[in-house]
Amino acid sequence: MDFKFSEREEAFRKEVEDFIDKELPADWVEKNIYWPAGYGTLAQFEELSPQVEQFTGRLAEKGWLTISWPKEYGGAGLSYIEQAIFHERMSYYRAPAGEIATRIGGPTIMLFGNEEMKKEWLPRIARGEVRFWLAYSEPNAGSDLSSIQTRAMEDGDDLVIDGQKIWGTAAHVSHYAWMIVRTDATAPPHKGISLVIVDNASPGVTIRPLMNICGFHSFNEVFFDNVRIPKKNVVGEMNKGWYYLMVALDFERLVIPIGGFRRTFEEIVQYAREPKHDGQVLSQQPLIRNKLADIAIQIEIAYMLFWQTAWMLDKGLVPNIEASLLKLFTTELSQKLANTGMQVMGHYGQLEGTSKWSSLQGRVCLGYLDCISALVGAGTSEIQRNIIAMRGLGLPPK
Amino acid sequence: MDLGLSEEQEMLKKSARDFLQRECPKKLVRQLDESDKGYSVELWRKMAELGWMGLVFPEKYGGSGRDFLDLAILLEEMGYNIVPGPFFSTVVLGGLTILAAGNEEQRMEFLPKIARGGVILSLALTEATAGYDAASVKTKAIARNGKYVIKGTKLFVLNANVADYILCVARTRRTKNPEDGITVFLVDARSPGLKCTLLKTLARDKQCEVIFDDVTVSEKSVVGKRDEGWPIVRDILEKAAVAKCAEMVGGAQAALDMAVNYAKERVQFGRPIGSFQAIQHYCADMAMDVGGSRFVTYKAAWKVSEGLPAAMDAAVAKAWVSEAYGRVALSAHQIFGAIGFTMDHDIHLYYRQAKAAEIIFGGADFHRAVVARELGL
Repeated sequence: MDFKFSEREEAFRKEVEDFIDKELPADWVEKNIYWPAGYGTLAQFEELSPQVEQFTGRLAEKGWLTISWPKEYGGAGLSYIEQAIFHERMSYYRAPAGEIATRIGGPTIMLFGNEEMKKEWLPRIARGEVRFWLAYSEPNAGSDLSSIQTRAMEDGDDLVIDGQKIWGTAAHVSHYAWMIVRTDATAPPHKGISLVIVDNASPGVTIRPLMNICGFHSFNEVFFDNVRIPKKNVVGEMNKGWYYLMVALDFERLVIPIGGFRRTFEEIVQYAREPKHDGQVLSQQPLIRNKLADIAIQIEIAYMLFWQTAWMLDKGLVPNIEASLLKLFTTELSQKLANTGMQVMGHYGQLEGTSKWSSLQGRVCLGYLDCISALVGAGTSEIQRNIIAMRGLGLPPK
Repeated sequence: MDLGLSEEQEMLKKSARDFLQRECPKKLVRQLDESDKGYSVELWRKMAELGWMGLVFPEKYGGSGRDFLDLAILLEEMGYNIVPGPFFSTVVLGGLTILAAGNEEQRMEFLPKIARGGVILSLALTEATAGYDAASVKTKAIARNGKYVIKGTKLFVLNANVADYILCVARTRRTKNPEDGITVFLVDARSPGLKCTLLKTLARDKQCEVIFDDVTVSEKSVVGKRDEGWPIVRDILEKAAVAKCAEMVGGAQAALDMAVNYAKERVQFGRPIGSFQAIQHYCADMAMDVGGSRFVTYKAAWKVSEGLPAAMDAAVAKAWVSEAYGRVALSAHQIFGAIGFTMDHDIHLYYRQAKAAEIIFGGADFHRAVVARELGL
């Protein structure tokens, strides 16, 4: 057992820090109000800025959008731990570092796509040229994803898609939908689903914005009206999509901005240590100290769960349950962090960033709202517990 | 970074699990809990033969020369099986103190004996205030004619009733700083004036009141330097906290295993109760608690093994695991329902152990305060 990083890993961490120092605008970390593990306040999911595009381009040049990918697919060919170190640092500075295509779509294609698909998509993803959005949920199919109704009918060399998706985060700023559709309505629900890639620009695709409670346009409802895609856009085999989806969901659950927890906590601590309007120093009060210490402890645990998933991947193990444990723990910590932040800030916690007298850019106020999405998106906490219980502990489904 | 156990460590873990399942069944655990003595001479002998007592002592003292992390692995298995007895007090509180702070004569005299299972030790630190800070030490040790006379009452002393020697933390000098003027004495438990009364505790662990009524000890009984004993105590408290966490992780794992197995078998409403979501979610939370606890414990144990500063990690571990084990034990009770509320059922043994383990060496609030301090809040 060894809890320290190797020389090579430490050197890589330094390399990442230097890159951030050089390429990320100095005021980015403070101005960015993203709440760790929330799904509603990621700035680059609302709109694309030239700044983000440029920064992403620089990362792509180094193969750093896809650190653990083999070089033949445009990755940096490094280990999963090194990829985790990269994401820890990036998230500490709230820096954009790849997204759905690089962290979910690409890895899934690498496992299940045929050679043609890999050649067509992986290099473009690694270069940051394509952005995917997740087209999973429907108005009547959320936690119960296998009950999706969006249909894809075969027509010669194409599939024709009809239906509707909802909660599509970043659909409006993406190029392609990474989508599950029903290709066999006669089979049992899990066995009639396919995973496909759909060009947003296809005729028949209509994206309608939805406003989340944070006041961000992060997600959308999207209508598919006779949308035609070539069969080569089917990932893996037809009607095996449910199994690929399970893997894609596991990948999604590994995407945790762990450094953001540490950073946000440090900012709240800093706030607590500064004398307030009556000269009071909140961090001297035993109850506040106790709450802050409790959060610090949970952040340590979150970090260990984060490193564990990367360590497992490097050993060739599949962090099937561990991904759910990581997602569950960190998202619930996101909510606890927001609650603690609110308790520390008292009245001032309710002030939005643009308000007079607000502190910390109003990020705690926003986080208090956004953390609600953390326990719901990417598989609710209840679903994560089901997975841990049934897949992990072997408890019976019925 | 390597989060796995070595082959040797896996072997230690497995062999300990198998041995204890065979040699320390719950029937024996209950018998020992009911008894005053609290340990089985036979089991003690067998553990010594396996080299458990001397696991982390250097070979020249009759030990196996392994490290604190290995001891944590062993303690986890002892926690899994809730083994009663003075192993913890003898090896961790007594042995590690003498190893770290004793002079060569003391080490040569005691460590091989501990390794052979030939002596039982304990640590008398807490008094009526039950505090783990230096200011709470009011027991006096007055220098007189080249000896020391110890006077005071210690409470919650583990296994003092069967101990051959007791490490007594006493005040030899009063100064402005309570951490100055503390001395650790290695006291023969048969000394005149030393009176031991067994307390009745929730976990049936043998905690005692130990009265030092003008107990006279020689200069040779001083461990480390006179007046400079507090750093020794601080060091052993840190290691003891982590060691206790290792036991707690084992106990929590056992509670989880028992609850999950029961949930798979117990049928109500025509189906195993483990198929109901509420039960599944309890179990998932328990799994999360056990997993997280294991990591922070082993990180702290690794730091101790490597000789790295571990104050923060020990506090993180003790704060978290103390409450996590409690949650797990309570959830396990919930899953067992009424049957778990019976004496005959085993789960309450873990519930009791969880509370005792939470309290000793400082509970969650105490250690969160340490974390706050280490964070510089």
